[in-house]
Amino acid sequence: MRVTFTANGKPVEADDVWEGESLLYVLRERVGLPGSKNACEQGECGSCTVYLDDVPVCSCLVAAGQVQDREVRTVEGLGGEDGELGLVQQAFVDAGAVQCGFCTPGLLVQTDALLEQDAQPSDADIREALSGNLCRCTGYEKIMDAVRLASARKCAGERAGGAVAE
Amino acid sequence: MEFLRPATWDEALAAKAEHPTALPISGGTDVMVEMNFDVHRPPAILDLNRVTELTEWSNDGEVVRLGAAVPYSRIIDELSGPLPGLALAAHTVGSPQIRNRGGVGGNLGAASPAGDSHPALLAAGRDVLVEAASVRGTRLIPIDDFYVGVKRNCLEPDELIRAVRIPVADGPQQFSKIGTRNAMVIAVCAFGFALHPRSGTVGTGIGSAAPTPRRAVEAEEYLRDVLAERGLWESGELLGAEVIQRFGELVKAAASPIDDVRGTADYRRHALAVMARRTLTWTWNDYRKQIRSAA
Repeated sequence: MRVTFTANGKPVEADDVWEGESLLYVLRERVGLPGSKNACEQGECGSCTVYLDDVPVCSCLVAAGQVQDREVRTVEGLGGEDGELGLVQQAFVDAGAVQCGFCTPGLLVQTDALLEQDAQPSDADIREALSGNLCRCTGYEKIMDAVRLASARKCAGERAGGAVAE
Repeated sequence: MEFLRPATWDEALAAKAEHPTALPISGGTDVMVEMNFDVHRPPAILDLNRVTELTEWSNDGEVVRLGAAVPYSRIIDELSGPLPGLALAAHTVGSPQIRNRGGVGGNLGAASPAGDSHPALLAAGRDVLVEAASVRGTRLIPIDDFYVGVKRNCLEPDELIRAVRIPVADGPQQFSKIGTRNAMVIAVCAFGFALHPRSGTVGTGIGSAAPTPRRAVEAEEYLRDVLAERGLWESGELLGAEVIQRFGELVKAAASPIDDVRGTADYRRHALAVMARRTLTWTWNDYRKQIRSAA
C-alpha cells in the first residue's frame, strides 16, 4: 500500500509498504530518515522515539498505515534547516552525553518533548520522562547533565525574550 | 494482509462485521510487538485511530464513560479525581511513550492476566461495564463476566470495544504492582483495592496471579462484614492488625499463580498478601482523614 504523511514539515510518500510494517521501518528504509534507531522493536528501549502529531511515541509500535495524513517529527527535525544543531542536541554534545550514540536520537526527542511541557523539570521529572529510554552504555549521569544544561539554556533563552541563547 | 482504515465508528463496526478475523489496532503497543516479531500475522488489521470518539470520555457525576482509546497519559492527567485507582494503575504502564499510545480498550482486548488496568477495573466495583458494540447492537458486559481465560475475553468476533463505564470513586482507591524497576515492567503480580463507603462494600482486583484477572471475593466479603458489624464506616476507628492480616491472607488464598520467568507462585502469593495489607492500610488511613475532616 501507499502511505503519505508529513515528515519534519515536508510531504513524503512511501510505496509498497507492507500492511504490518512499522512507522520506524518506513522512516529508516523508505523515506531516507535513518536517525530514529531500531533496537528492540517492542517499545522497551525508546531509541525510535518520534513525535506523532506532537506526541512522543515509539515509532516501532505505530503501524505505517496509521500515519496516513498525519505529522511526524524525527530527530532529524530537531535541528535547523542548514544542519545547525538544536538546543537539546547541542546540550547533549556539550555535556558529553553521547557514547555509542545509539540511544541518543530517542533521548533527544523525548528530552525535547519534556522541555516543551516543562522548561525547568526537577531531577525526578527528568528521570520519569526518560524512564522509557535505555542507554546500554549506561551513560545516564551525563544524560542527566545534558538535560539540565538544555533546561538552563532554554530558560535563559526565554528570559532573554524568546531567542534561544547558545 | 489488509489494512482497514474506517473513518467513523459505524464504518469500523461494518468493517469488523465483514472481516471478523481482523485484528483491531489502536495504540499498537501490544499488536505491533506481535507483528514485529512475527508472533501473529492476522489476515487484516483494523486501524481505529481515525475514530476520534474513542479518545473521548464523559462524566455525568455518577459514571465515567471512558473511550476505549483514551491514552493512559490522559487518564493520569484528566481522570485521577473520579478514577483514582485506574489513574494509579495507568501510571505504572510501560513508559511515557507507551502511555501516550496505549489505552484501556487495548488492555481489555488483549485480556492478558498481567494487564495493568484489570485490577483497578475489578476493584472499582461489580457495576463496571465494558461497552461492546457490533452492527447488531451494543452489549454492556459486567467486568466480572468479561475475562474468560488466559488472554481471552467474551467478545464476539464481530464486536469492538467502544468504552468502559466506571463508577466515579466514592472513597479512596489504591493500586500496587511488583516489578524489577519502576518503568517498563510487566507485573510480577498486582493488586487493586477500593473502598466504597456509599454501598458499604470494598473492591479488589488481582493481576498476574491467576489465568485471568480476578476478584478476591472472600476477602471482599470478610472486610465488608467486619466494617459493618463494628460500625467502622461511621467511627473511622483503626482496623487493627488482626483484620488487616486476615484480609491479606484471604487475598493470597484467592490467587492461583504459576511459576514463570517473572516470579514463582510462592513469591506471588506472598507479595499479594503484602500488597493487600498495604493498600488496605493506605486507603483506610485516607478514609479516616476524610471523615474526620468532614466531622
